[in-house]
Amino acid sequence: MAADDESLPVAQIERVFREAYGRAVAVLVRSFGSIDVAEEAVQDAFATALQRWPSAGLPPSPAGWIVTTARNRAIDRMRRESSREDRHAAATLLNESDEPQENAVSDDRLRLIFTCCHPALATAAQVALTLRLLGGLTTVEIARAFLVPEATMAQRLVRAKGKIRDAGIPYRVPDETQLAQRVQSVLAVVYLIFNEGYSASSGDRLIRDDLCDEAIRLGRLLFELMPSDPEVAGLLALMLLIDSRRAARLDAEGHMVLLSGQDRSLWNRKRIAEGQTLVRRCLMRNKPGPYQIQAAINAVHSDAATASAVDWNQILQLYERLLEIEPTAIVALNRAVAVAEVRGVAEALACVSQLDLGGYYMFHATRADFLRRLGRHAEAAAAYREAIALCENGEERLFLQQRLGALS
Amino acid sequence: MKQYLLSIIQPDGDVPGGSPPPPEVLGKIMQNVRAVSAEMKAAGAWVFSAGLHHPSTATVVRHQEGGALITDGPFVESKEHIGGFTVIQAVDLDAALEWAKKLAKALPLPIEVRPLHENHG
Repeated sequence: MAADDESLPVAQIERVFREAYGRAVAVLVRSFGSIDVAEEAVQDAFATALQRWPSAGLPPSPAGWIVTTARNRAIDRMRRESSREDRHAAATLLNESDEPQENAVSDDRLRLIFTCCHPALATAAQVALTLRLLGGLTTVEIARAFLVPEATMAQRLVRAKGKIRDAGIPYRVPDETQLAQRVQSVLAVVYLIFNEGYSASSGDRLIRDDLCDEAIRLGRLLFELMPSDPEVAGLLALMLLIDSRRAARLDAEGHMVLLSGQDRSLWNRKRIAEGQTLVRRCLMRNKPGPYQIQAAINAVHSDAATASAVDWNQILQLYERLLEIEPTAIVALNRAVAVAEVRGVAEALACVSQLDLGGYYMFHATRADFLRRLGRHAEAAAAYREAIALCENGEERLFLQQRLGALS
Repeated sequence: MKQYLLSIIQPDGDVPGGSPPPPEVLGKIMQNVRAVSAEMKAAGAWVFSAGLHHPSTATVVRHQEGGALITDGPFVESKEHIGGFTVIQAVDLDAALEWAKKLAKALPLPIEVRPLHENHG
């Protein structure tokens, strides 16, 4: 019998691999030119670790060990399975240094992000690939988080990897002319992962929280890899500030609590401080973008000790800035909420009445709230009913129904 | 180098022969397309290209016991069909998409980019 007390639990080995997964896959994709080979090699290394680590203990550099072991396993496989030509290629790979330079690893991970978020892939595939290859989540975990059957998610990943291989989607950081646009699509994928975790009330709450954590982890990685892009910092700040309110946004029964009604003592001060530092750094750069401005708006909310102390003037100014950069109806709708606080509800109602957002539940919910506050209860009730009919989120629907009930 | 099929997706129009744009517009388009082709050739990307007659001129042949079955018309009923195509070679999808963007702008019609199998004559 082995000394069980001292042996490494499987869960801890899994955690080490999940942490190191993106790094290892990124390095191995460069060596072998194939995502499948890289993933298989890391899987082989995991099997080896399960045999050795419980008795030998964690190696001094687990991440380095994983890359070295995975590379050796992949070369073994190539030798066993393939032709002379491939054996030649394997011999060349053996000469590569085992422990890549940290700079090179960063570059590899950046390449892999741009491959995963390539615009030639469907958004759902971009999200799944990013979580699988960079986040190290298993197919089962991703399927559960997005409420799709495991087989569907597995097929989505296989198809996406097949397209990368067959269509020749490059493993490369885009050149200057493309970079800004491609970074936007990477940020959109990470923010989508975050929102999926934050907004959806269906499914397993714990898994949903995992998605928020994973999105923030990816946001930190992007910030580490592209520290000079202010929108990258802006997205990280935005996620940190929104996430700081996680504990306060549901009450004891698990029902949604609006920002104005939240117990601010439950807000995560560490996340707020980190987010606000990033926002300040962005402001000094003075190259505003949509994520930075949204982060700044959230920072103003975080600044206020009570709901009545919120500096709505500043929020309105920020929304006006956002509307200049992103003149969409959704931004105009959000701006109207600030207009209501600064210039009055009547003016806010006038702002939203021309918006072409009839299919969006938040449009009706916002209008309903304005009408309610103006005492126009019959119109408010009609707007709440429209919002309820369009809302797909159970918790939010419940909230709207309560508001509707309180009118009469 | 990989090879890619760039298919031009063209609306059929109501009458056989389609409803092409007026001659002065068409002339300008053809000039643009020739310029893109010339650029592809100069860059060593161009492999082959062709324009196709209207889909109403197509015939479908199916193998059957006792002889082939021949039917009139394109294989898929649709409002758009491939009106022409270009095969190019490029280092990767990004390079192929750059050529597709130029062609889509010249026509202006949607371009479907599809990789060819490698090492299959």
